[in-house]
Formats: sequence, C-alpha cells, structure tokens
Amino acid sequence: MKQTATNSAALQGAGPDKNGSLSANIAKFRELGLLLFIVILSVGVQLRNPSFLTWENISDIATNTAILSILAVGMMLVIITRGIDLSIGATLALSGMVSALTVSQYPDLHPLLAVGVGVGVGLVCGVVIGFLVSWINILPIIATLGMMNVFRGLTFETSGGKWVSAHQMPESFKAIATGSVFGINNLILIAIAIYIVAYYFVSHTRTGRRVYAIGSNPESADISGIRTGRILWLVYSIMGGLSGLAGVLWVSKFASAQGDTASGYELSVIAACVLGGVSIAGGVGKLSGVILGAVLLGILNNALPMINVSPFWQNFIQGSIILIAVLVNALVKRGIDRNNLMRRKI
Amino acid sequence: MKKFFGIFLTAVMLVAVLSACGGKNDGNSGGQASGSPAASGDTGAKKKFAIVYKNTGNPYGEKEMEGYKNAIEELGYEVILKAPDQPTAEAQITMIDELISQKVNALAIVGNDPDALQPALEKAMNAGIKVLSLDSAVNTESRMLHINQADPERIGRTLVQGVVEMIGGSGEIAILSATSQATNQNLWIEWMKKELEDPKYADVKLVKVAYGDDLRDKSVSETEALLKSYPNLKGIISPTTVGIAAAGKVLTDKGLKGKVQLTGLGLPSEMAEYIESGVCQWMYLWNPLDVGYLSGYAADALVNGTITGAVGDKFAAGKLGEKEVIADGEGTQVMLGDPFKFDASNIAEWKDVY
Amino acid sequence: MEQRLIANKKEFTLKGFFLQWEWLLVLLLIGVFVMNSNLSEYFLDSANLRDATMGFLDKAFIVLPMVFIILLGDIDISVASIVALSSVIMADLYNHGVPMELAVVICLAVGTICGWVNGLLIVKYKELSAVIVTLATMIIYRGIAYILLEDQASGKFPSWFKFLGWGYVGGIPFILIAFVFFAVVFWILLHKTTFGRMVYAMGNNTTAARFSGIQVDKIKIIVFTLAGLMSAIAALFLTSRMGSTRPNIAMGYELEVIAMVVLGGVSTAGGKGRMIGAILAVFLIGFLRYGLGLVNVSAQMLLIIMGVLLIVSVAIPQLKQRFAYVRRK
Repeated sequence: MKQTATNSAALQGAGPDKNGSLSANIAKFRELGLLLFIVILSVGVQLRNPSFLTWENISDIATNTAILSILAVGMMLVIITRGIDLSIGATLALSGMVSALTVSQYPDLHPLLAVGVGVGVGLVCGVVIGFLVSWINILPIIATLGMMNVFRGLTFETSGGKWVSAHQMPESFKAIATGSVFGINNLILIAIAIYIVAYYFVSHTRTGRRVYAIGSNPESADISGIRTGRILWLVYSIMGGLSGLAGVLWVSKFASAQGDTASGYELSVIAACVLGGVSIAGGVGKLSGVILGAVLLGILNNALPMINVSPFWQNFIQGSIILIAVLVNALVKRGIDRNNLMRRKI
Repeated sequence: MKKFFGIFLTAVMLVAVLSACGGKNDGNSGGQASGSPAASGDTGAKKKFAIVYKNTGNPYGEKEMEGYKNAIEELGYEVILKAPDQPTAEAQITMIDELISQKVNALAIVGNDPDALQPALEKAMNAGIKVLSLDSAVNTESRMLHINQADPERIGRTLVQGVVEMIGGSGEIAILSATSQATNQNLWIEWMKKELEDPKYADVKLVKVAYGDDLRDKSVSETEALLKSYPNLKGIISPTTVGIAAAGKVLTDKGLKGKVQLTGLGLPSEMAEYIESGVCQWMYLWNPLDVGYLSGYAADALVNGTITGAVGDKFAAGKLGEKEVIADGEGTQVMLGDPFKFDASNIAEWKDVY
Repeated sequence: MEQRLIANKKEFTLKGFFLQWEWLLVLLLIGVFVMNSNLSEYFLDSANLRDATMGFLDKAFIVLPMVFIILLGDIDISVASIVALSSVIMADLYNHGVPMELAVVICLAVGTICGWVNGLLIVKYKELSAVIVTLATMIIYRGIAYILLEDQASGKFPSWFKFLGWGYVGGIPFILIAFVFFAVVFWILLHKTTFGRMVYAMGNNTTAARFSGIQVDKIKIIVFTLAGLMSAIAALFLTSRMGSTRPNIAMGYELEVIAMVVLGGVSTAGGKGRMIGAILAVFLIGFLRYGLGLVNVSAQMLLIIMGVLLIVSVAIPQLKQRFAYVRRK
C-alpha cells in the first residue's frame, strides 16, 4: 500500500521516487513530450527562416521570456495551493510605475535600491491579497479579480495620467535590463537565480513541501498541524514580490512605464504554467515543466512573426497549442492512473 | 403567511422608492422623450462641453483634452473630460450615453472605432447635442465635423520622403503600425504606399507592415522579428508613439544606430533620448494641445450656430486664427496645419511639454 | 427516545428573511439610488434610468446561465469570445449575401455550438478543470473571429436590427423586456424544476449526485450549451447597439459577468446562491456605474471602487462566519 502511495506521489512529481525506472520514466514523459514539441517546433521554424536558431535570436527569446518565467514560478506556487492570481499584471504595472517615478525623481538612486522599491511595492500587494485569501477566506479568483482593478486604478492615479519615458530614467536604471555579465543578459541571470532559489525552496525546505501538501489535500494538511493560513499568505506574498521584481525589470527593459502595462499578461503566465503540467486542481507541478512551458510560449511569440504567419492567425494557433498540450497531459495522466490501478498488489 | 408578509414589505419599500423617483421626476418629465432638444432647457445654466478620448493614462490624450479644456474655459463654459480605462468602443458608447443624460451642449470624440459609435452618436445628435470628432475620426454619418491634425496625405508622403532620404535613396523599409483597425494608421499607410509608387522610389522596397498593437512588448518583438527576417532592412517607419519608441529602444540595444534608420510619429518626451543619440534623426508630430484647442472652438462655433459643419463655413479659433471647413470624402473636416518636425535642434525644448 | 422530525425547509422567520444576502443587495440598491440622486440631478430622471439599462443589460443575458455554471462549482471564461465569434460570423455572412434573419439564427447556432463544445471537452476530459478548457477555447474562439474578419469591421445591418438594442416597446426598452423574459425563464428553471434541483445537488457534491442517479455529464453539457446560447443572444444585442462588429468586441466581459454573479451571492464553491441575487447584482452594478459616470468620476477611480465593492461584498459573509465561530467558542 505504502509503495503504491509513493508511486502515485512520485508520478505527480511531489515526492521521492522509490519504485524504480518505469514510473520515473512515465513522470519524465510529460516534460519530455513538451521538450520534444519545442524541438520539433524550432526545427520547423528554422527551416522556414534560417535566422531563427542564431545565437542572437535565442538570446532575444531568452530575454523576452525571462520576465514571463519569473512570474510563472510564483504562479506555479499559487496554482499548486489550488488558487489563482489574476492580479499580477496590475501589480507589475504598479510596482514598475512606482519604481520608475522614484528613479525619475532621484536619478542618483542606486539601481539595486530601485529594484528594492519595486519588489517592496509588489510584496505589499501580495501581502494584501494573502490576507484576503487566508484570513478572510475569500476565494482567490474573486480576491485577485477585485484587487486587480484596485491596483490598476492605483497605477493610473500615481502616474497622474502620464508615462515615464526613457529620458527621465537614469542610465543605471535602464542598464538593469540591458546590462550583461560574462556576455549573458542580466535578465536571464536573474531568472536563473530565481529558479535555483525556487528549486531549493520546493525540494529541500519543509515549507516548500508543505505548499504541495496544502494543495494536495487542504483538510489533511490542516489536521496534520500545518499552518495552512500562514503558508497561503506566504505563497501570495512571494507571488507579489516576484511580480514587483518583474515590474521593475519590465520597465527597465522597455525604458517606459505606462498605466496599461501588462494588461492581460496574467493569462500568458497561467498558460505557461498549464502548458508546463501544473494542475489547476492543485498539488501537482514541477519547475522543469514550468520552464519549458514559458519557453514554449516565448518561442511561439517570437517564431510566429518570423515565419510570416498572419498576425490574425496567431491567437488561434496559440490557443490550439494550449488546448492540445492540456489534452495530451490529461491523456497521459489517464494512462498513468490506469497503469497504477493495474499494478496495485492486493 | 410570514413569508408573504416579508415579500409584501419588500414590495412596499420598492414602490415607495419608485414613487419618490416619480415625484422628483415631475419637474423634469415634461417632454423628456428623446425627441426634444436638450440645449434649449439650459438657457440659464452654464453651457457644457464634453470631450471623450480613447483611453486613460495616455499623455498624448491628456494633452489633447487639456487643449480642449483651455479653449472651453477661455470661452467661459464648463468642460467635462472623459476617458475609459480600456480603449474599446463599448466603453465609449456608455460614456456617450452618460453625457446625453447630462444634457451637454457639445460632444467631441476621439473614436476607438470608426463605425461602432454611430448609433450612440446619432442618438446624441437627435437629442440636440453637437457632435464632432477629432484626431481619430468616426464615420461621416456619426458626426457633424471632424478636426484633423494634419492632412493624412502630407503625413504619409512626408514620412516616406524622410526615411528614403535617411537611407540614401535605396534599400528595404518596413512599417511598424499600431492596431490593424486604427483608422488613422491605415489612412497614413495607404498614402505611404501611394508615395512609393512614384518611379523615383524604384530602388526602395516596402517589405512588411507589422502590427505592434500599441503594446510595448509586442512592438518590441515585432521589431526584433523584422530585423531578423529582413537582415538587409535599412529603414523603419513607425507612425505610432508606442511603436517608434519601442523600435528606438531595440535599435539602441542592438547597436544598430546608423545601420537601420528610424522615423515616424512620436511623442517628444518618449523619443528625446533616441533623437539625441541619433538613432532617430528626425520625426514628426503635431501639437495635441492645438488639436484639442481647435476642437474646443469648433464645438463652440457649432453650438452658437456660427457654423453648421458644411463646406465653406468659417469660424474664429482663438489663438489659432480663422479656420475654414473643407471637404473630407462624404463629410467635412477642419485641418490644423502641417506636421511638425522634431530633430536634435529642437527636441530639448519640447521633451518636457509632452 | 423522543422522535425528532427533520424539517424539509428551514422555518421561516422574519429575522431570517431579512438577514439574507439578497436583502442586503436590495438595501445596497436603494443606497445606490439615494447616493446617486444626491450626486447628480440627472440620475432620477425616468428616461435616463430607462436608457441606462440599455447600456448594461447586454452582458446581463450571460449572467443568467453563468449562475448555473458557478452553482456547479465550475467557471466559463470563454463567454466573451463566444460573443465575439457569433457576432462576427453573423456580420460576415450577412455582408456576403445571407439574409439577415438567417444570419441571426446562425449567430445563435454558433453560440450554442461553442458552448456545447466547451461542455463536451469538460465532460470527456475530467482531468481538465473548466478553467483550463475555457481558457483555451477563449483564445481559440476569438482567434477564429480574427481569422475571419482580420482587422475589418463588418456592419451596415438592416434598420430593423437596430431595434434590438435601441428600440422601445410602449416606452420600455426592448432589451429590458427581453432580459426580464429570460430572467423569469431561468428563475423558473433554477428554482421550480427538477433540473434546477439537480444542479444544486451536483454543486454540493458531484459524486453523491452521480451515485444517486443524476445524469451529471448530461446536465453539465446542457448548462455550458445554455451559456453559449445566451452569449450569442448577448452578441445580438451588443452588435445592434454598435451597429457594426469587429473581432475585438466584448473584451473583459467574462470577468464582469463573473463579478456580477458572485456579488449576487452565488458561491464559487458551488451549491449555494439564488437567481434573484444575481439579477439584483446586475442592476446594482449597472446603476452604480451609471450614477458615478453621470458625475464623470474618472475611469481609474471607477476601477478602484468596483474592485473594493466586489471584495467587501464577498468579505462580509466570510467575516460574519468567522466571528460567529469565535462567538460560539
């Protein structure tokens, strides 16, 4: 019995794999399928447009996807706890706008402090949402829907209807996103750093494991002594902080802060997570899947204009790919569960 | 029984509230069907002039509304500024309805869609409100008059002439536009293509029209795609403020200054950095304050009957002098003037204005 | 041992009646009217109020089936895209020679089919939650609309079509009459038929419902199909209001509709909520927006107010529960 329990846990990527190669392979199958799809897609695009797989283009894709992937990490944690966060676009805009306004007022501010301001604003937003969800018990979709409007309204209010333009931003601020270390763009480095921290958090800390526990079965988690409320609060605060970071990076990358920045971006982030195998029902999600999901979306956004796909087909293609990916995911899971049932020793 | 009592109480309360409505209403009800002209009831009150922009938080739009406000306040009337948070036609229809209810005298609109506002604007005109459009036009049946910032033909031709001069007479060029349905964008692009038919541009080839949807990140990826797909690209025209700024950033980041030329219509504040660095040698725009200002005076002229929006009408537009109404397809318009050129010599003085 | 009878229904008390969520909505509605009439002299004009309903009722049609969906514990975020797609197909066909009456019927058919596809996918692939499926179909349906019309508008409908969104019947806007009609139909469907009872049962405990013989799959498909149909009806009214259509209409409608349903007291966990609540919420939000618009509140303030309203309205019952629990201890 215990063996089959760890079996299914392993297959869902939430626990250690004790049962040999077959289950491990099937678990990897999902990510492998995604990887295979990415490879096939890239080859196909390369054939149509040889400048796709150049170092420069790949670097462009990575830089553009970096922000998406940072947000996807946070969203993964939220979705694992059976929640959702629709407000990240607005949080991003608000923190980006505030940090841009700050550096335009104080151009000598050290860029790290500017980043700190942005992350701080994002953290506050995340803490508020965490409070609503964990203490007042409002459903995440409602809480984040409402706060999305509030944050967006605040973004317009603080900006006073104006944009912060490139010439108002000091060079040091803009260099956050355009600078590079050892030839690798800062954004990519920051994204990698976040992933390493997240990996450690998820696999090697007790709090990280508890997040999965809460998502898998909130009642048992509660009964077994896990402080569900605190951890939920933490998860949404992390999401807020990451959105704040993404906001500063966004504004630095595009050298402009507008009121309607990242409107609707949350859907892309959710799509990246979903593509990466994170289950909306909670308790399931792997960082490797999320990276691949974000990369796939990034490639789609980059590749479609390059192979001259009419811009009017882009929506349809993206939606279809998402649908196919989740359907395949569902069929794979069905196969695994069936396998599981068949292998049970009674 | 108790349940009926509860429902009865509710019904009584609702009826009480409704009859209170009816009571307050008696003063206003006389002839409130949509046929009656609104303005005549307000001879005592201050006249109200409204402007509806495309969306909120847009500095260009804020300046247009400011210009309108200056004109109306110069004339001594009350002004109402409205802009929806999303640039959709549905939101503007709601705002038009709200303004009709407030019985404004005139309504100036910068349309999010040329056709979708027609039923709402027709209702406004039937209610006696003078309707004019500015900047982004609505179709000729929805308005009495259109205020155009600059002749679209001149804009299109000047931009092409500019970029060709920058690239030295021959090479590949591309256009980075906003959304694919924006009226003004499509009009300018049409004129650009017409200009390119001239035999002196035989060596210049327009390779693509890309759409950045006025979104910063999409404009950036479209620009990068252009550069990737057309390695011999020598010039980009971007007749939209978000697009040209995004292209400027991409060219700067990739160190392509001088190799790929950039021009278009841009906000001085957004483009100051790129003009000063030379990534964009010059660009054009007009003063949105003046567009709004002219619209304010045009609205006033419509309200007090100086003009009716017919070809040949003339009216005084405050600081801008006298303006004449000319034909515009099946409708009419008033032209502000020629597009204004921004380059390294004057950008410093304009970048803080808008 | 004393025999205890378990009542079928909760005993009716005046206190219980007035402490209901829907009563709070009525009070809020009255409050909104009082506030708005003090803010603006134009609010309490019957003609204005009447015309105001024409502005917000187009999405109200979608609220009716959405109540069912949320009662089931599911959600449908593709409704706005279904509106766009059915409207675009109708306009495109009409402008290619199909008679308008037939185009209208096809519009309804398209909406129904889209809803049916949603239901089918959700039921056949139970591993996928409704959120994911409707997220994908949301993008796909609007994508098809973009493929069809690209960046063009399509319109120039016959003049009788304008009557749907702008016409009056005996002084009352036609859209209001249509909405009242459908509201009554859906109310009866939810509260007076077995179908409605089954929906409540499924929302409370799907497994128990299935094992007690309820055709869970069939009901889900029907509910999502209804949502598609009503989205198409909303499309008719919206297109009539605008006189033309594009692929990008009705953006953001899904979130507004969900907000109205939730404000109406329908719990997203499923199984709780009443139709009258959602209807009251529609008018509450509609008149609040209209009243604030009459005093030209800025778009950003409006966003903040709506967001706060939604959160506070959901927080109140939760806080009530929490403090009741504390008091009991």
